[in-house]
Amino acid sequence: MWNTIYNWLDERLGFNELYTNLLDRPEPKTTWWNTLGSASMFLFIMQGLTGIFLTVYYTPSPDHAYDSIQYIMEGVAFGWLIRGIHHWGATLMVILVFVHMLRVFFTASFKFPRELTWLIGIGLFLTTLGMGFTGYLLPWNQKAYWATTVGTQIAGTVPFLGEFILKALRGGPELSALTLQRFFSAHIWIIPALLAGLMGVHLYLIIKHGESHFPTKED
Amino acid sequence: MSGSHELSRRDFIKVTTGIVGGLIGAVVGLPAIFYLIDPALQEGGKEAWIPIGKFEDMQVGVPYPFSFTRVQVNGWERTASSFGGYAIRKSDSPDDLLVLNSRCTHLACTVNWHAESDAYICPCHDAKFSMEGEVLDGPPPRALDIYEEHRLTDDGLIEIFFKEG
Repeated sequence: MWNTIYNWLDERLGFNELYTNLLDRPEPKTTWWNTLGSASMFLFIMQGLTGIFLTVYYTPSPDHAYDSIQYIMEGVAFGWLIRGIHHWGATLMVILVFVHMLRVFFTASFKFPRELTWLIGIGLFLTTLGMGFTGYLLPWNQKAYWATTVGTQIAGTVPFLGEFILKALRGGPELSALTLQRFFSAHIWIIPALLAGLMGVHLYLIIKHGESHFPTKED
Repeated sequence: MSGSHELSRRDFIKVTTGIVGGLIGAVVGLPAIFYLIDPALQEGGKEAWIPIGKFEDMQVGVPYPFSFTRVQVNGWERTASSFGGYAIRKSDSPDDLLVLNSRCTHLACTVNWHAESDAYICPCHDAKFSMEGEVLDGPPPRALDIYEEHRLTDDGLIEIFFKEG
């Protein structure tokens, strides 16, 4: 009975093919260092899920942002857990993505035919940092406020375009409700969409080319 | 490995991954459910006597409108919710008073007294109730709700007993 259903679905969806390509593909001799990409992806999914849950109570407005987070931490059942995972997961994700990048660099895995995978990986690293930067403002506490003041001020030092970039980031010359709202939008829609898209191509390329061997002494 | 009952390396990994994954899923998933439904589990139900007007201002046979707001803490915000109704005095006795809740029994819009129609009319779905709150027309399943408990204070005020939903 289950077999009939499974076979019917498999003929149309190709489970087995997917399984072979995703989970049963040939690998070179691997170490724990090869798991960092998957770990980063796991964290991204975790951040996505906990982030969705946080938006149930969080309000991106200067009047309510801080109070709504206080409420998540103290008023809602397990709010501390959901936000805690999101908070620490963010830090861990930046670290893991960076160590993953170092691993690929030191094992020279970025060479032909994987240059594109590497370039897209840079995009993934930058969007991950973008997630961290935009998420940092959302609690709307002193640290968040001044970190974003400084961060956007640094972006404002770009020659010629600086003032425009600063205003575009802040939604005006100073930090305001507009800044919080656009950082929120970037944090939950724009950057994650970019990141997920890049991740899809990154994964496709990894499945297409397979993982690289670690170089030997002869290399 | 000879015996088929022995766990192969692959199967061991599969089983371990399943167990660890399931554990992580449960540790995060179950709290997440409680996190979502938490507001529905909160106990409300504060009670109070609320003054709705002077007894002498209420005329016999004319619905006397009243309204009041209750401030509730919802999450991180204090929200004022409006309630209201009509007091209908039937005789000189303060006990002979009918206090109706103006919340329509159909889908909770607020009904208004229309003297020219001699009825409470709900703007949402054209429900009509008589002065005593009986259904005259429209979709409501039952008559308007009544504030059962009310009393006359020494200052001549009518107070109703109100319990938050």
